[in-house]
Amino acid sequence: MDQLLQHGVNALILGGTYALLGIGLTLIFGIMRVVNFTHGELYSFGAYMMFMWVMLAGVNFFLALILAVVLGIALGAAVEILLLRRLKGADIDTTMLVMIGAWIALQNAEQLTWSGVAKSIDNPFPSSPLVLGPVSVSWNRLFVFVVALALIAGAYALINRTKLGKAMRATFQDRETAALMGVEINFIHTATFALGSGLAAAAGALLGPVFVVYPTMGDLASLKAFAIVILGGLGSIPGATIGGFILAFMEELGAGYISSGFRDGMGFLLIILILVLKPTGLFAQKERIG
Amino acid sequence: MKRGATIAWLLFLFSVPLWMTDLYVLHVLIVTGIFIIAAMSLNLLLGYTGQLSLGHVAFFGIGAYVSSLVSLGFEVHLLPTWLVTLEAKPVWFAMLCGIALAGLCGWVIGKISFKVRGAYFVIVSVSFAEVVRLVALNWVELTQGPMALNNIPALRLGLPGWFELSFLRKPANYYLVLVVAVLCYVLIRRLVHSRAGRAMVALRENEPLATSVGVDVTKFLVLATMVSAAMAGAAGALYAHYVRIVDPDVFLFIYTVTMVIMVISGGKGTLIGPVVGGLIFGLLPEVLRAFAIKPEVQWVVYGVLMILVVYFLPDGIVPAVRKWWQHRGETTAAGDSATEAAR
Repeated sequence: MDQLLQHGVNALILGGTYALLGIGLTLIFGIMRVVNFTHGELYSFGAYMMFMWVMLAGVNFFLALILAVVLGIALGAAVEILLLRRLKGADIDTTMLVMIGAWIALQNAEQLTWSGVAKSIDNPFPSSPLVLGPVSVSWNRLFVFVVALALIAGAYALINRTKLGKAMRATFQDRETAALMGVEINFIHTATFALGSGLAAAAGALLGPVFVVYPTMGDLASLKAFAIVILGGLGSIPGATIGGFILAFMEELGAGYISSGFRDGMGFLLIILILVLKPTGLFAQKERIG
Repeated sequence: MKRGATIAWLLFLFSVPLWMTDLYVLHVLIVTGIFIIAAMSLNLLLGYTGQLSLGHVAFFGIGAYVSSLVSLGFEVHLLPTWLVTLEAKPVWFAMLCGIALAGLCGWVIGKISFKVRGAYFVIVSVSFAEVVRLVALNWVELTQGPMALNNIPALRLGLPGWFELSFLRKPANYYLVLVVAVLCYVLIRRLVHSRAGRAMVALRENEPLATSVGVDVTKFLVLATMVSAAMAGAAGALYAHYVRIVDPDVFLFIYTVTMVIMVISGGKGTLIGPVVGGLIFGLLPEVLRAFAIKPEVQWVVYGVLMILVVYFLPDGIVPAVRKWWQHRGETTAAGDSATEAAR
């Protein structure tokens, strides 16, 4: 029972960052109809920026976190403006191929810059964990959880309470009508991609100091984000949030009770199961593509 | 005339080991040939049914692993008390097993894909490849995990006491790969020109319309996936018995990407496209290596090329060249385009 509780707490904490990843991806898909294969690269970009600022430049940990997210937003905006803008109206396979090309180029550029050796990032938190009865949590992970929740809340507020968010939702529902009502679609696309990228970079910057940083870390992050988004239904933000937590629980329990080797396989099994049993995801929204 | 060119090409390809004494070049050609087979199989799905399978390397890897395991023999506990043992079998039989199992997996994935299209199909196929890779990595008792399967025997054909052909040397392997590649090409050609092939293209172009005139969507999608998977499995089996070592890295996503680039750049939905794309992207790494370029830079170049191809040659090289050719000889175009279309 104690073990189960510990797994539950671990999953809850991991789930926050998974939800961040999922929300970013589902936003981009929902609004832009782009299957974003660079999502994982933005995640590892965030982690590497954290490494650069904290370990090489000696910047304060919290300031580095903010810098990493801002740079992630900038990179996302650049990718959208340089690669995706001219593909507007192209079919989904075409944009997918371009995103795969961008992913390979980004990942190998990263490997070239930082070498393939895994790197670790120091954190300023006390090393002794917080012990609550049978459960213990490291301060760093607790910090990750709190920041992730804050960012999720921020993303919800942005989408539901601001004018930009309203324009995003309008574009999601009907691009043409939104454009007729004076919504600047190009700007909305850039903003959406930058926001999604920023959330992915934040997830990477938060988890980088918890685990280690290496060039291919983004691949698993991408695939997990796909799993989360499919679980929740493509384009559904609440779905992605809950999907993130469900995936984290499945991974923790799978690793704890089946075999740690298959921890990362859980997400894929989940995808295949969901698509066989309930292809629209748990929170069906709008039509399916294709 | 068309036929003459084809025969000349084949004669040229078959003559290569006679005058090419550099074994390294032969090795590169063999590996390229194996990848061209895989790319042709992917083209059947991507080019003719329009489904982008990003897990194609799973079938390649399954072919490689099954063929190696059957030819080596194995002992594995399916349950703690239930030990399954397989004696080592001849290589040709092992290869057939690899092809059959890859085809079976293709059948299952095809059945699932009946429900999903577009982005969903892509993600299912990626997930499938990743699950298979994790199994190969973690089921150490069967696959040796990261320690890899070693000493895989090379293919031997023949009747005991009469004659024996063993495919240990590079020229022999070159001929083997070439023959299989030609067989696959002919098979795909026959398939896409048959009723089934026309049904697949109909699905790609307009699925609701195809369904409304009575094309059985599930049947043809499953058929295409199965044939494509079995062919990729054949490529994997060839690879395993040529390189003679297989580790979980055969499932790396980057190999799928290589196949996709070969098909897209050459021209999806054309028979010769994957061959052209395969030759370019199979030989390009060697050219880049000659300039002492690091593999990371090579991959960056791949990524950028992929983006450029999508922007500037969205249909691929073969259709672009064909269009240019037709444009050049407008007057004789009528007759030529008929034969071109027939290819």
